[in-house]
Amino acid sequence: MIQVANLHKSFRTQEVLKGVNLELATGKITTIVGTSGCGKTVLLRHLNALLRPDKGSVLIDGVDITRLPQKELYQMRGKFGVLFQGAALLDSMTVYDNVAFPLREKTKTPESAIKKKVDERLDQVGLGEMGGKFPAELSGGMKKRAGLARALIMDPEIVLFDEPTTGLDPVLATSIHQLIARTHDTFGFTGVLVSHTIPQVFDISDYVAMLANGVIEEISPPKNFCASQNPVVQQFIQGKTEGPLDVL
Amino acid sequence: MVSFLGRLGRFALEQIAAMGRIFSFLVSALFLAFRRPAKFYLIIHHIKTIGVDSLSVVALSGFFTGMVMGFQGYYSLRKFNAESWLGSATALGLLRELGPVLSAFMVTGRTGSAMAAELGTMRATEQIDALDSMAINPVKYLVSPRLIASLVAMPLLTAIFDVIGIFGSYLVGVNLLGVSSGSFFAGMENSVVFHDVYSGFVKSVSFGLIITWICCYKGFYAPPMATGVSQATTESVVLSFVLILVWDYFLTSIML
Repeated sequence: MIQVANLHKSFRTQEVLKGVNLELATGKITTIVGTSGCGKTVLLRHLNALLRPDKGSVLIDGVDITRLPQKELYQMRGKFGVLFQGAALLDSMTVYDNVAFPLREKTKTPESAIKKKVDERLDQVGLGEMGGKFPAELSGGMKKRAGLARALIMDPEIVLFDEPTTGLDPVLATSIHQLIARTHDTFGFTGVLVSHTIPQVFDISDYVAMLANGVIEEISPPKNFCASQNPVVQQFIQGKTEGPLDVL
Repeated sequence: MVSFLGRLGRFALEQIAAMGRIFSFLVSALFLAFRRPAKFYLIIHHIKTIGVDSLSVVALSGFFTGMVMGFQGYYSLRKFNAESWLGSATALGLLRELGPVLSAFMVTGRTGSAMAAELGTMRATEQIDALDSMAINPVKYLVSPRLIASLVAMPLLTAIFDVIGIFGSYLVGVNLLGVSSGSFFAGMENSVVFHDVYSGFVKSVSFGLIITWICCYKGFYAPPMATGVSQATTESVVLSFVLILVWDYFLTSIML
């Protein structure tokens, strides 16, 4: 269980999170939606303490990770896999080495077992033949797949997806969504997605949370979310410029 | 007036905080360098990029610096009928001063700037965050091996610079200007003592530390955008040059 309580974060004079409260169900996929620049990625980065809040807490299985010393924090991060917006593959390594990297660095797994696991993950994301390529030689969609394979290599309990379909065409975006759903079914992780690809992302989400004006305005299953009477949610879903949401 | 003082105070606090950050970066990189597991394969890799890959530019600059010293030394010494001291003047100048400083400049330009650009790009493309999220300390993985590698590579590069520089000076002084080969080497043998070699060694090691420290720091904390990377690269080179010269002054005054 991930619990976010009264989370505040400011960058210089800009207050981005103004008291976020959120509970993320174990084994489910929760998608955080909101307008561009509303702080979705900032919130996601607090979940594995890549950012530290000004105030508030993030509890992972009852442990507040915002106050953990580095050693304990790194142990806690073993529970996480992260797919970054640009995949964040190490560009000096091949796809195979990128996926194998956490195993080589964090475990004493023999190379033969690493090869078996990496090949399996690459097959699962449809990149079985691409292991020898460097990230610069891959398309945007392939990079995301390779990033997902790396995120899943340590069998994480929680996987964070930072805008996994941004910059992809609709067909590719759907295929990435399907891949996330498929891997979720296989591994049963708790997934947290940041996205504004609506309504497509609703198909793979168990819950949708709306971040607006620095707080969570609504969290509910996709069907209820779409039917919500909250004017902020309705303005976002309908893409209207007039309403309570701040539009730049 | 109050707002001016407020801005001044904030600026001073920011500068103090920046200094604290840059020193704590060095301390943590050094501390992590000696913590297990040691990243030997990365250290070897960076010795190659800092040392072997800089060899040609260091050798070339050493050769020409030595040849220029041969000409200039001959011109100056001839005024005192002391051309035979050319070997001594060249060796002392190179071993104590020019060897460490110029090879450090070459490594800064060639490798230090590349370090800043590489780490800056890794910051901009979230690769550093990715390491952190995989519970791999990015300072230990990216900075500490470079630090160790530069401490190994810099004295070796400086030694090569010195030897090639002396050879360049020998070619000009003996083969072109007619200084006796025997007096060239005898003067060198009589005047160069171990302390001269040692002071050059200490300088080259500390310059290696400065280059890697500054360039890695600037790249590591580069603003995550294209201009941020270019700015970090420029700042890392300029700041390294300045710090090398300032530190050289202090070391020279201590080790004279």
